[in-house]
Amino acid sequence: MDVTVRVFASYADALGRSEVDLALPPGATVEDVVQSVTRLPGGSAIPLTPLAAVNHRYVSLAAELNDGDEVALIPPVAGG
Amino acid sequence: MRAELTTSSLDVTKLIGEVASPERGATACFIGTVREMNDGRSVQGIEYRAYEEMAKEELNRILLEAATLHDGVDIAIEHRTGQLGVGEASVAVVTSHSHRGPSLDALRFVVEAIKSRLPIWKLELYADGSREWVNAAGDTPAMSDLSGT
Repeated sequence: MDVTVRVFASYADALGRSEVDLALPPGATVEDVVQSVTRLPGGSAIPLTPLAAVNHRYVSLAAELNDGDEVALIPPVAGG
Repeated sequence: MRAELTTSSLDVTKLIGEVASPERGATACFIGTVREMNDGRSVQGIEYRAYEEMAKEELNRILLEAATLHDGVDIAIEHRTGQLGVGEASVAVVTSHSHRGPSLDALRFVVEAIKSRLPIWKLELYADGSREWVNAAGDTPAMSDLSGT
């Protein structure tokens, strides 16, 4: 299945891009996405347990993914 | 109730007008502004960047949670994105209720939820020309700490 991974702020700066497309096996989880992204050039700056969201909702790293999901790896937020 | 991201200057009077009414005797307001100093460094401005699609949805979830916790409250929220100068308002929250307790409690709830959950980041611009993401090395909260999620 294919998922789109979006990264922001310091994570995007570290990767040098804000979006990554990944092909994953069925049953893959958000944690699998984190493992893949942190292996990319610059990805070591992203923690292994970041905050994450799927389709605009916060989820745990154990959340299973579906084809077409949008996964976001979210640096510590700083709104306000 | 209304919550929005905007690139325009915040008009708090307009927000107050949206939620104040004759039956609501308690209107409360929070305005967050760009500070001139942060951690001892002179700040020239802040660029606010958002995960816009999720931030809009998260703002609406925060509104619904506040209304569930504080029955009868009305709320208006605007949060800026883009580049702001020192002293400019980055966020405004206005609550109203027939009594001050629920109005103030809802205001505090919304402001704290924005600070802890809204996917928005600050790129701070310093007087020496450097720039840095605020809280980039901050602790990542556990899912259980994100109330309502």
